[in-house]
Amino acid sequence: MSLGDSATPLGKVRGLGSAHHGGEHWLTERVTSIALLFLGSWLLASLLILPKLDQRTLIEWLHAPSGAIPMALLIVIGCRHALDGMKVVIDDYVHEEGARFAWNTLLLFLAVAVGAIALFALARIAFGSVA
Amino acid sequence: MVVSILHRATGVALSFAGLGILAWWLFALSNGADAYGNFEAALNYRFYQVPPMLIVLIGLTWSFFQHLLSGIRHLVMDTGAAFELGINKSFAILTIVGSVMLTAALWFYLLGVAK
Repeated sequence: MSLGDSATPLGKVRGLGSAHHGGEHWLTERVTSIALLFLGSWLLASLLILPKLDQRTLIEWLHAPSGAIPMALLIVIGCRHALDGMKVVIDDYVHEEGARFAWNTLLLFLAVAVGAIALFALARIAFGSVA
Repeated sequence: MVVSILHRATGVALSFAGLGILAWWLFALSNGADAYGNFEAALNYRFYQVPPMLIVLIGLTWSFFQHLLSGIRHLVMDTGAAFELGINKSFAILTIVGSVMLTAALWFYLLGVAK
């Protein structure tokens, strides 16, 4: 290999595979998982710390930047990580090329749609007036 | 082996049910008192004393803890560590023990406070 022995194992696989970005997909999945480790724990801790879980309290929580910003990150990174993970499942179990493309496209649309709905709702809370 | 399958299964559950409920919850929250009332009614709905949504949420929190702990295991193994049979197996069992204990602790706390 032209990179020589000093290349890391990850460096050697970058750009390889039929899509030429197998290594990037693998790495993205790991990096988003570390982010979600924090963001998922943040969501759980926030819900436990809030004094009440009624609509007013929850809206006040997500209206403040300290709630809205991590929630926006959780939505975007969560959808990305779900899409990356589901792609691995599809690529493992769906062997026919056309069906695989169809499933991956369907999942991409679904992930973007769910992310868009959640982000829209969050924006309405964050930029709206507190009820 | 089992933990690897669980990692996948809980990942699929979190992708669909987890993100789906998150989006539904945020949308209801942003959409006025009536919409949030409907969401809360769905949470509290009982089918012959059994609340299906509560069971789904308990399942999702367990999925979250299991996926988180086995995810940490995968990150450790990505560095090339913990492949020795004994350590590998203990680590795998630990993810299940941990996820069950965390889920139990969380819901005993949540349901204890609610009553």
